[in-house]
Amino acid sequence: MTISKKWLGFIRAWPIYPAVLFLLLLFVYPTALLVGLSAVDVDGNITVSHYSRLFDQGLYTKVLLITLKVAAWTTGFAIIAGYPVAYLLANVRSSLRNTLIIWVLLPFWTSFLVRTFAWMVLLGRKGAINDLLIAVGILDYPIKIIYNFTGVMIGMVHALMPLCVLTMLAVMENIDTNLTKAAGTMGARRGQSFWRIYFPLSLSGVAAGGLLIFVTSLGFFITPALLGGAKDTMIVQLIMFQIDSMLNWGFAGAISMMLLGTVLLIFFFYDRWLGLSTLSGGTQGKVTSSNTNRRVGLGARFGNGVLNGLGEICAGLGAFYDKLVKRDPARSRADYSQRSLWVVAGIVIFFLAAPTFFIIPVSFTEEGFLTWPPKGFSLQWYETVFANNSPYPAAFLRSVIVALFAGFFAMLIGVPAAFILVRKQFVGKSVIFAFLVSPIITPHIILAVSLFYLFARLHLIGTYLGLILGHTVITMPYVIVTVMAVIKNYDLRLDQAAWTLGAGKLKTLWFITFPIIKGGLIAAFMFAFIISFDELTMAIYLTNGEFSTLPKHMWVDAIMRVNPTLAAVATLMLLFMTVIILFSEFLRRRNVRKIG
Amino acid sequence: MERQVKLQAKNVRKTYGSVVALEGTSIELLEGEFLTLLGPSGSGKTTLLMAIAGLNDPDSGEIWIDGELMTYTPSHQRGLGMVFQNYALFPHLTIYENIAFPLKMRKMRKAAIDEQVARVLNTVQLPDVQERFPSELSGGQQQRIALARCFVYEPSIILMDEPLGALDKKLRDSLQREIKHLHANLGITVIYVTHDQEEAMVMSDRICLMKEGRIEQIGSPADLYFQPNSIFAADFLGESNLFAGKVVGQTENSTSIQRVDDIVVSGVCDAEVRNIETAHYMIRPENIRVHSGETNEDNFVQGKLKEIIMIGQLTKYFLELADESEMVATALTGSRNDPLQQGDQIYFGWSTRDARIMLSS
Repeated sequence: MTISKKWLGFIRAWPIYPAVLFLLLLFVYPTALLVGLSAVDVDGNITVSHYSRLFDQGLYTKVLLITLKVAAWTTGFAIIAGYPVAYLLANVRSSLRNTLIIWVLLPFWTSFLVRTFAWMVLLGRKGAINDLLIAVGILDYPIKIIYNFTGVMIGMVHALMPLCVLTMLAVMENIDTNLTKAAGTMGARRGQSFWRIYFPLSLSGVAAGGLLIFVTSLGFFITPALLGGAKDTMIVQLIMFQIDSMLNWGFAGAISMMLLGTVLLIFFFYDRWLGLSTLSGGTQGKVTSSNTNRRVGLGARFGNGVLNGLGEICAGLGAFYDKLVKRDPARSRADYSQRSLWVVAGIVIFFLAAPTFFIIPVSFTEEGFLTWPPKGFSLQWYETVFANNSPYPAAFLRSVIVALFAGFFAMLIGVPAAFILVRKQFVGKSVIFAFLVSPIITPHIILAVSLFYLFARLHLIGTYLGLILGHTVITMPYVIVTVMAVIKNYDLRLDQAAWTLGAGKLKTLWFITFPIIKGGLIAAFMFAFIISFDELTMAIYLTNGEFSTLPKHMWVDAIMRVNPTLAAVATLMLLFMTVIILFSEFLRRRNVRKIG
Repeated sequence: MERQVKLQAKNVRKTYGSVVALEGTSIELLEGEFLTLLGPSGSGKTTLLMAIAGLNDPDSGEIWIDGELMTYTPSHQRGLGMVFQNYALFPHLTIYENIAFPLKMRKMRKAAIDEQVARVLNTVQLPDVQERFPSELSGGQQQRIALARCFVYEPSIILMDEPLGALDKKLRDSLQREIKHLHANLGITVIYVTHDQEEAMVMSDRICLMKEGRIEQIGSPADLYFQPNSIFAADFLGESNLFAGKVVGQTENSTSIQRVDDIVVSGVCDAEVRNIETAHYMIRPENIRVHSGETNEDNFVQGKLKEIIMIGQLTKYFLELADESEMVATALTGSRNDPLQQGDQIYFGWSTRDARIMLSS
C-alpha cells in the first residue's frame, strides 16, 4: 500500500521529468565531462597534475583569495546600502513601492555591458564624476577611481545590489508592522524597537541576500575586466585565459572545480550555521533556526549582545535629546528618522538608477572617445551602427531570435515542472527543486565551458540550436522560480469550482487557470527573454565569428577599443529594453485591472 | 410520501500522512433534504464534503450518488454543484461568463444560455450585473452570483462549504433565509458545511454533528438541541449547565443523580443510558426559572446571585452555589428595573422533563 502510493506519486509527477532530463543532459553530463578532463593529461592518462599545479604556483590561490575578497566587500557594501532601501520599500504604501521598485531594478534590467560602459563614462580620469568634483572645487586633480579596486567595487555593487534588496524585501514584507508598534506601546524608543525587534527578524533576509551576492560575485569577470586593473583579476578570467589562449582544457577544468568547490563549501557552511531553508524567504524557518542558534551559538550570543547594545545606545541618545529639547505634547513633531531614511534610501536609489543614462549623451559625441562632457552633436556613431558592413543589426536579430526560443523552451519545460513542484507531493521533492534551480548558483563560466566542450564535439558551436539550448539551461531555473511564486498565489478553489461545474482538467487549465495566471506567465517569459538577450558568458563560448550575438559583439569591441559606437549600441539597447519592460508592464496592468 | 435516497457515503475514510482526517463515516441523504455538517475546525466536515464532491480521493469506503457508485469518479462527471466559502468566482470572467461557464461545459446553445443566465439572475435578484466583473460586486452580491452559477445548471445535489462565513451578521441572516427559500422552491438536495451552530439550526432538516473525524450525533435540530447524546453535543449546540454526579435512583420516567455537594436532581435519559453509576446532567439556561424565595419546582438549587448581564431581549443570571460552582439561567428581559440585585440569595428551579442525563464519556 505505502509502496504503491509512493510510486503513484512519482508517476503523477511526470510533467517534471522533461526539466530534470534536460538538466541531466545539458548541465550534469557536460560538467561531469569537464571534471573528467581535469583528471587526465594530454595523453589520456589519469593524473592529479592539474590539481597539484593549482597549489604549486602561488598565482591560483592568490587569485582565489582576491576573488573571495572582492566577493566579500561587494556583499558587505550591497547589504549596508541595500538594507535602508529594502526597509523603505517594505514600509511604504504599495503603489509607491511598485514605482520605487522599477527604479531599484533598473540596473537589473538594463544590459550588463551597457551599465559597465556607463561607469566607464562616469569614472574615467576625465569622466563625469571627476569633472563634477573639480568643477565645484572639492578636488584639484582628478582621482583614480577606475581600473583599480574602487572601480570594481562600484561596478559590482551597482550590478548586484538590486538582487540583495529584493531578497531582503521578501523577508521584510512578512514582518508584522504591529510588532514594532507593540514594542512602542511597551516603552521602547524607535531605535530600541528597531534593533531589538525589527532587525533580528529581518536577519534571515540579510543572510539570504548576502549569500546570493557572494556566490554570484565569485563568477564575475566582465566588471573586473573592464573596470578593474591587472591586480583585480578574478578566478573566472584565469579559466578563460586557459581555454582561449592555452587551450589547456584539463587545467581549465581544475580551476573550474576549485571555483565550484568554493561555492559548494560556502553553501555547506551557510546550511550548517543558518539553514538553507532561510533561502526560500519565509520567516517561519528562520525564526526556529535562529532560536536554536541563540541557545547554542557563542557568536549568536555575541551578536545579540551587540544588538541590545545598539538598542541601548539609541535609547540613551534619544533620552539625552529629550532632555535638551523639551517636546510640546500638544504639537505634532517632524519625523526626523523617517526623513533621514528617505534621504539615505534616495541616494542609494539614485546610485542604482542614474548612471545608465549617462551613456545616452556620450553616444552623440563628435569625438572618437568616451569623454565627458561630450563634444558637439553628431549622429555618426549611429550611422556606423547601421552601416552596410556593420555586424550589429544581424547580431541584434540573432539575439532576439535566440532569446525568443530560449524563453519559449524554458517555459515549455519549466512551467509544467513549476506546477508539479507547487501542487504535488512526492518523496525527494526538495532535492529535485534544489537540482532544478542549481544552475542559478553555478558560476556561468562552468556551464559555458563545459557546454563548449560538449557542443564542439556535436558541431553545435555557432548554431542557433547550440546557443538556444545553452541559454535554456540558464533561463529555465528563473522561469521555474517565478512561475512557482505565481502558482503559489493562485487559489486552488477556482480550479475546484471549475471541476464541480463540469470542466475537466484540461478545460479548467485552458479556460480558468492559464487566463488568470497569464500576467505571471508573461512576466516569467519576459524575464527569461531578457536574461538570454543580455547573456554574455555562454555567448562568448557557444558562438563564433560568423554567428554571434549582440552582447558578444559589444564585448569583443570593448576589449579591442571602447569607442562611442558602443555607446550608440548601448543607447539603442536601453531603448529596446525599455520598450520591452513597458510593454510587459502594460500587459500586466491590463490583466490586473480585470482581476483586481 | 416515499422519498428516494439521493446520496450515500459508506465507511468513507481519509488520511493525510499520519493524520486521520475522517474515520470510516457513513451518511445517507434523501431527495430534497437539507443536511448540515456541523463541527469545529478539524472535525472532518470539509473532508467529507470534498470526498462527496470528488475533490479528494478517500482511502477507502464508497460514495453512491443516485444509485451509482462514484467514489473515484472525477468531479466534473458527478453533476454536483458546489458553493465555496470565498465564492470562487472566476476573476477574469464577467458575471455573465461566470454563470454561463457550466452551461458551456454542457455544450448548450448560445440562445439557451442567454435565457438561463437571465432567468437565474432574476432568481437571485441581481438582474443588471451581467457585464460586470466579480471584483466590482460586494461580498453579498458575489455570494448570490456564486449561488446563481450553481443553480443555473440545476444540479440535483448542491454542496455548500461555509458559504456565508465571510459575510457580516446582518447579511448572513438574510442570505440564510434566501438559501432556505431557494432550497424549498427548487426542491434540491443540499449538504451544507458550517461551524456556526445557530446557522445549522436555522437552515437544516437534519444536522450531522462531527467531532475529530467522526459523526457525534445526527438528527433534526430539535433532536440535537433537546436530546443531545453527549457532553460535546450539549455543549456545542446552545448554552447549557453541565455537571457530573452519581446515579442514586431510577424510576420509569426519570433518573436522579447526586452532585458532589450532595444536592440531588432528576432528569430524563435514553434507555441505553440506564444502569450506570456516574453520569452527566444537563439543563438549558432558558429552562431554568429564577425565584427570589422557596419554590416547589421538581428540582431547585439555592445560591448567591453573582452577576446579572442584560443582552438585549434576554437577561442572564449567574448563580454561585455553596461549593462555588456556577450555574446560569436566561430569562426574557422584563423591564428596565430588575427587582433582583447582585448578592441576593435566590433559587433556580426547573422541571425534571427539561433536564437530561447522559453518559459522562
